[in-house]
Amino acid sequence: MEKIIEIRGLKKKFGRLEVLKGIDCSFEIGNIVSILGPNASGKTTLIKTILGMVIPDCGEILFSGKQVVNTFAYKKHIGYMPQIGHYPDNMKIGQLFEMIMDIRQEKTALDTDLLKAYHLENMFHKTMHTLSGGTLQKVSAALAFMFNPDVLILDEPTAGLDPIAAEYLKEKILDERSKGKLILITSHIMSEADEISDKVMYLFEGQIKFYKSLQDLKEETGELKLGKVLTKILSC
Amino acid sequence: MLKIAKYIILDIIRSKVIIAYTLLLMAISLTIFMTDADVTKGLVSITTVMMIIVPLVSIVYATTYYFNATEFTELLVSQPISRQTILLGKFIGISSAIMSAFFVGICIPVLIFAFSVTGLTLMASGALLTLSFVSLAFLTCTLTRDKAKGIGLALMIWFYCSIIFDGLVLLFLFCFSDYPLEKVMIFLTALNPIDLARILILLQLDISALMGYTGALYQQFFGSGQGIVFSLIMQLVWIVTPLLIALRIFKKKDL
Amino acid sequence: MRWIFFKLYIFLLLPVSVLAKTIIVAPKTTISSLKAAIKIANSGDTIIVKKGIYVSENTLINKELTILGENAPVLDARFHEEVVTITASHVKFDGFIIQNSKTGSMRDYAGIRLNNVAYVIISNNILRNNFFGIYLSDSKHIQVLHNHLTGSNNQENSGNGIHLWKCKYIFIKGNYVTRHRDGIYFEFAKKSLIEDNFSEKNIRYGMHFMFSDDDIYRHNTFKNNGSGVSVMYTRRIKMLNNLFIENWGSSIYGLLLKEISDSQIEGNRFIRNTTGVYMEGSDRINITNNNFQSNGWGIRVLASCDKNTFTQNNFKGNSFDVTTNGTLKHNYFNNNYWDKYEGYDLNKDGIGDIPYRPISLYAQIIEKIPQSVMLMRSFIVNLLDKVERAIPSVTPESVKDEKPRMKPWKR
Repeated sequence: MEKIIEIRGLKKKFGRLEVLKGIDCSFEIGNIVSILGPNASGKTTLIKTILGMVIPDCGEILFSGKQVVNTFAYKKHIGYMPQIGHYPDNMKIGQLFEMIMDIRQEKTALDTDLLKAYHLENMFHKTMHTLSGGTLQKVSAALAFMFNPDVLILDEPTAGLDPIAAEYLKEKILDERSKGKLILITSHIMSEADEISDKVMYLFEGQIKFYKSLQDLKEETGELKLGKVLTKILSC
Repeated sequence: MLKIAKYIILDIIRSKVIIAYTLLLMAISLTIFMTDADVTKGLVSITTVMMIIVPLVSIVYATTYYFNATEFTELLVSQPISRQTILLGKFIGISSAIMSAFFVGICIPVLIFAFSVTGLTLMASGALLTLSFVSLAFLTCTLTRDKAKGIGLALMIWFYCSIIFDGLVLLFLFCFSDYPLEKVMIFLTALNPIDLARILILLQLDISALMGYTGALYQQFFGSGQGIVFSLIMQLVWIVTPLLIALRIFKKKDL
Repeated sequence: MRWIFFKLYIFLLLPVSVLAKTIIVAPKTTISSLKAAIKIANSGDTIIVKKGIYVSENTLINKELTILGENAPVLDARFHEEVVTITASHVKFDGFIIQNSKTGSMRDYAGIRLNNVAYVIISNNILRNNFFGIYLSDSKHIQVLHNHLTGSNNQENSGNGIHLWKCKYIFIKGNYVTRHRDGIYFEFAKKSLIEDNFSEKNIRYGMHFMFSDDDIYRHNTFKNNGSGVSVMYTRRIKMLNNLFIENWGSSIYGLLLKEISDSQIEGNRFIRNTTGVYMEGSDRINITNNNFQSNGWGIRVLASCDKNTFTQNNFKGNSFDVTTNGTLKHNYFNNNYWDKYEGYDLNKDGIGDIPYRPISLYAQIIEKIPQSVMLMRSFIVNLLDKVERAIPSVTPESVKDEKPRMKPWKR
């Protein structure tokens, strides 16, 4: 399968703290990859590095075979859903969507599935500071999927969403995979990762502990649930 | 760049702080003009107030807004636009919002009650002051990581520029009054944007007194328009330099 | 009233002779110069000079003649001599363009010189490029009316516009003087009246008095001169309703007073001068009903001044209202309007309830450290001034207005 993102020798320090200690991996299209790991294992930093929010100390990131550190054009192929959506207080939902559309200027048809499913269009006139955390998550999700990107990066996507909305999001994710997209998800909820992941990457203290397909993991350990798989691998 | 600026302006002009700032400025200028029959005296009073409030609000508000929009900045960085565009867009957005508050609160009353060269100078120096302190706010924000430190630094910069600096200069003058200090004084003035704005207004209000100075350098500085050119250029340097440094830092900054 | 009688008196004394004849001077005729006409004229005759350019190297007018220029004939001395000298009384000299007198340090060459005469009228002449303009010495009862004088603006070598030496009862009205050394100069010239003149851009002073007592000047304008008016070593001068404007620069004053006494300064306007009034060794001067507006220093009173009173003046928009160089005693400020006054008026009688101290701390600082001018209007300076006004310690205790007006005096 086609490697869309390739990471080579990625290192990052925050002050004296080494957060990423040399990451080498690649992500292929048509996959859902769950990035797991304990707190402070470097998950968010890895994602942020791919997105260009954090600039690596050394190493390379290739997107469709091209070096992309310190560039920005490749980001039009990425949809990002942050962990906590926080937007300018007095901006209206409508204005936010308008603005991002304005910035991305994409000619292709917009994907408004989530927008409709979450009934966001009826709330376009509402200002951000009046919204609940859940609604903000919905806004973030809708934004991420809107432009039909080849890669979706979702940081704790279902945290804060109501069960129905979360369920719908999962369906949407599976749907996008079937269209041949790469979806990177960080999550703490094992059952969720278990349910949808094709591959699992486990980060520990800035290094990849393992990065394998879910199926292989289950076969290797003989366990059926991802949670059990992890405890088994990590305990030995 | 302008797209980002546009949405930031749309956001800020509805914020309570900016509306309060506009109303405060307007209340000050209207009260002064209403109670004082003498227009020049009114302009003097407005200048005094402006030199304190405009830098304070500009730097503190810009810093606060910048930090409150951290996550929004992250979202923007994840979009296909360069960091330079993002920062400059933010600068244009925030500064034009604060500037429009200044325009409505001070410039319109001045235009109505005191339309004169002095009035126009007051507007120009207020506008430049706004820009230079927003620019300093951006530097503050990129230098610090959290909001409390950022606002603390912003307040310190304001306090230093508006009070401490001139006190130090006065002390310096007392200590070295026997030496020829003209060049040094002009140089020192250039180190503080508030002083530069003040000099611009002095050149209008107190030109009669300034012309009384014997030194050749002061004569040239005050008398020939050189002072105005100097102040304007240095003020522009104060707007551009902190912003450029902020841009350099922001390009390499981890969010 | 005195002046009206004075004018009438001059009018009645004008020679009216039935035998008088009129002589016409014109170019390319038998009488082609003023000199020739004067030669054949008798006292009481009239000479009319037609339009044209005439060489006039020290034409001497020694008979009682009425000499009228028609359509502004030019008398040109070509820098060789003086242009016209009048040594007879009762002469009227009107309507000429007088130009190009000699310049030099040996003698004070003039456009029109009057020596030891009385009842002469010099009117409606245009004088240009002369060393001195109109030069009066040892003369009485002279009228200098509506002349227009332009000097050479030469820094080293420029004489005065209208120059008086040892004169009495002179009437100077409606003249315009520019680019001379002093616009109007009085030395030992007494009991004279100067009104409605306009003196601007003169190198030294707009008007200058030396040892000249009992003069009045009123309704004159002194604009942008080396200093407006300078009054020195003189007594009993009345300065009324004049305008002193834009006399700018270091040691440049609207009105400079030095060693003068018993005088009156009333109803004048001092606008945008570096210093409005500068007083040195001046006693018993009454300064009242004046407007001081947008000057660098409104009034600068040196410690050598005594028993002056400042009442009912308006001080508006001056960088500094009053300054001095030491302790100022026996000078009284009362009932003035000060725009910097921040007191209150609880009993609503239009007079502030707390006294105003016109000398600010910063004015004292700038006196000692002139470079601190760069800090004018800064927060720290305002703060120091406020503290000093609340708890006076450095500024002279004696200089205060006990009854500051809340509103400006209407004029």
